[in-house]
Amino acid sequence: MTFLTKLSRHTAIAAALSALALGAAHAQNTPWNNMGRDATPAEVKAWDIDVRPDFKGLPKGAGSVSLGETVWEAKCASCHGSFGESNEVFTPIIGGTTKKDIETGRVAALVEGAPATAPQKTTIMKVATVSTLWDYINRAMPWNNPKTLTADEVFGVTAYLLSLAEIVPADFVLSDQNIAEVQKRMPNRNGMVFYEPMWKVNGKGDVKNVACMKDCAVDPKVHSFLPDFARDAHGNIQQQNRVIGPVRGADTTKPPPKSLKDAGASAAGATVVAQAGGAGGDVKNLLASNSCTACHGLKNKIVGPGFNEIAAKHKGKPNLEAYLIEKIQQGGSGVWGAVPMPPQPQLSAADAKSMAQWIAAGAQ
Amino acid sequence: MSKDLSDVIGRVIPAPENHLSADQLEVARKARRSFMGKALAMGAGAVASTTAATQALAAEGEDVILKLPEHSTGLGMPVAMDPGYGKPSKWESNLRRRQSPGLTRVDAASVSFTPLQGLFGIITPSGLHFERHHQGWWDIDPSKHRLMINGMVKRQRVFTMDDLMRLPSVSRIHFIECGANTATEWGNVAVPTVQYTHGMVSCSEFTGVLLSTLLEMCGYDKKAAKYVLAEGADGSSMTRTIDIERAMDDCIVAWAMNGEMLRPENGYPLRLVVPGIQGVSWVKYLRRIEVGDQKWAAKDEAVHYIDHMPDGTHRQYTGIQECKSVITTPSAGQTLLDKGYYNVTGLAWSGRGAIKRVDVSVDGGRNWRTARLEGPVLPKALTRFNIDWVWDGKPAILQARAIDSTGYVQPKINQLRAVRGTKSVYHQNAIQSWLVQENGEVSNVQVY
Repeated sequence: MTFLTKLSRHTAIAAALSALALGAAHAQNTPWNNMGRDATPAEVKAWDIDVRPDFKGLPKGAGSVSLGETVWEAKCASCHGSFGESNEVFTPIIGGTTKKDIETGRVAALVEGAPATAPQKTTIMKVATVSTLWDYINRAMPWNNPKTLTADEVFGVTAYLLSLAEIVPADFVLSDQNIAEVQKRMPNRNGMVFYEPMWKVNGKGDVKNVACMKDCAVDPKVHSFLPDFARDAHGNIQQQNRVIGPVRGADTTKPPPKSLKDAGASAAGATVVAQAGGAGGDVKNLLASNSCTACHGLKNKIVGPGFNEIAAKHKGKPNLEAYLIEKIQQGGSGVWGAVPMPPQPQLSAADAKSMAQWIAAGAQ
Repeated sequence: MSKDLSDVIGRVIPAPENHLSADQLEVARKARRSFMGKALAMGAGAVASTTAATQALAAEGEDVILKLPEHSTGLGMPVAMDPGYGKPSKWESNLRRRQSPGLTRVDAASVSFTPLQGLFGIITPSGLHFERHHQGWWDIDPSKHRLMINGMVKRQRVFTMDDLMRLPSVSRIHFIECGANTATEWGNVAVPTVQYTHGMVSCSEFTGVLLSTLLEMCGYDKKAAKYVLAEGADGSSMTRTIDIERAMDDCIVAWAMNGEMLRPENGYPLRLVVPGIQGVSWVKYLRRIEVGDQKWAAKDEAVHYIDHMPDGTHRQYTGIQECKSVITTPSAGQTLLDKGYYNVTGLAWSGRGAIKRVDVSVDGGRNWRTARLEGPVLPKALTRFNIDWVWDGKPAILQARAIDSTGYVQPKINQLRAVRGTKSVYHQNAIQSWLVQENGEVSNVQVY
């Protein structure tokens, strides 16, 4: 080996060594790089449920309008109404779109000043992409039992909603094969605009004001006041403010004070509200954790009657506790209207008894 | 402004008004010639204790000074009282997260508002952080929580909380504001206090690993990746699209808030922090990040959180919370107890950067003075401002106007409506007006 070749070998080794050193340095910069583990294909499949507007992620399957209607009546109608028109519990899904909208892909009623076609904006008036409906029904519905529908049922429910909006006929079968065609009939498919300045942090706003400091142009009129009837619509504001400091909450259980002196006198009566809790707290937790409160308010009807209403209706009824336990466990319909309450098999006998006792005692 | 007024220390009122309710005052007035009446009028309070002795003490000074209270003469509470976690004073129980009656239909898909009218500085106490749930909240076992990263990455990975909390972490203070904050005020005045007009904003110190660290670890596709999808583990499995630049900038996969783990209502054990962007993108109970090349048009970016424009179109993916401010004291629903000096205080924030300046007007926007910004002034964080004001007892309209580091000036409501119309719901960042009336009550008004 000549001196020269020796030298070149040395150089090569040195280069290789320094490359190794660089690699090591890189690993040292992010020594956490291998934290975590690889996801298995089954895990990715279990969680990667999203469906994009180009239908990437949509599983194979099909569902008819009539299948959808059956599922709808059983699992959806109590909150959304039989025809998706519900104003009772949730905002309406269907309504307000026309045949013309299906042709143009723009919902005409959304234009400012256009005649209203529905009491309020519905989902179908706004949504541009049918994938959104499929994805959301699949991931989040029914509200108290999400991710329990089969893919075919989701196709069916989507088809039923589309048929109510007359986007597809009543005998339609929606599937992964024809959903892209249905997309071309969505009434508001051309109604969305991407406005980049409100998406990018470094965008420029679309509304301009200038920072005038002196004698600025102002309309002297007060354009809107809180209506008098709303004075106590949010409860007594005095009890929503601290009882020390530079100000007090206004006592909204009374009319406005006549003078500053009166206001001071009234404010001096400010008190601290006792903290909530006490008897009934445990039962209320039980009611919340068993989704009872999704349908029953304390005082008011949501889907089913309020607990106070139940207590009042059955006051003095013989064997009330046993009656209530059976109603709670078995469900039923007819006492408060047609919407059925489903059975609650998950509920232990002891919990059902606690709830029944609490309601029988007046649901306080 | 008279010098006399400047010398008045705001709202300190001599007895008896300070101690008696209106009803008690009336009793005192009727009985003013009687001995009992005099005792009441001197502020002795409880009728049973009105003796000549109390009267004498009252003349010498205040009972609360002259008669040593129990807490000065007795033994207090021991350490680590059950349950070993401190609570606010019972005297503070008026300040609560509250729902706005009639705003939502069911409690598990609802909002509770932060009581901004009673808060100080820039950090929102965790128990008063506003809530927005789409399908109820959960208290998830952290040992069973997983984060998956999939899609356009070299390695699709799963992380336990143990894994995540071993990673290099950052702690940063950011505001979070619901895109629908102040939505009720797009048309007319609708709600009575700042808690309900602006209470869907909170600000906390968040600790977690930068999303960019995780995406680098998984080898995200630097050429083709344009967006990520964030998804929650709860019933709604909330999904939101975030652009890859944002994801690689300052987003945090966070487990902690204000020095402790996240509260369950705020996403325990893991939530995404997307600074400057509306709260719906800060996905709670974060279970999955998918890297992709198209937007997802999820329900909350295709039906809700879209801006209805006058021409009938909807702007989609308008996530930025633009520069905004509001005076928190004095604010609507509060009562000024006397003329004189007040410290007008409030909050300002911008999703595009830091607050540069806040101006305050007390004459409905005709003239403005620049307020003091209290430190720290941080990008995409609430910033506290204060300014001196002497109230002369006449009607006054208070407004604050913020300017951010991009030079953007917070608009008036009519300017906002001129561009976006009246059908919009989200992203209402207009200047808020509070009317101070002669009777001391402050109310919510629209002036522009």
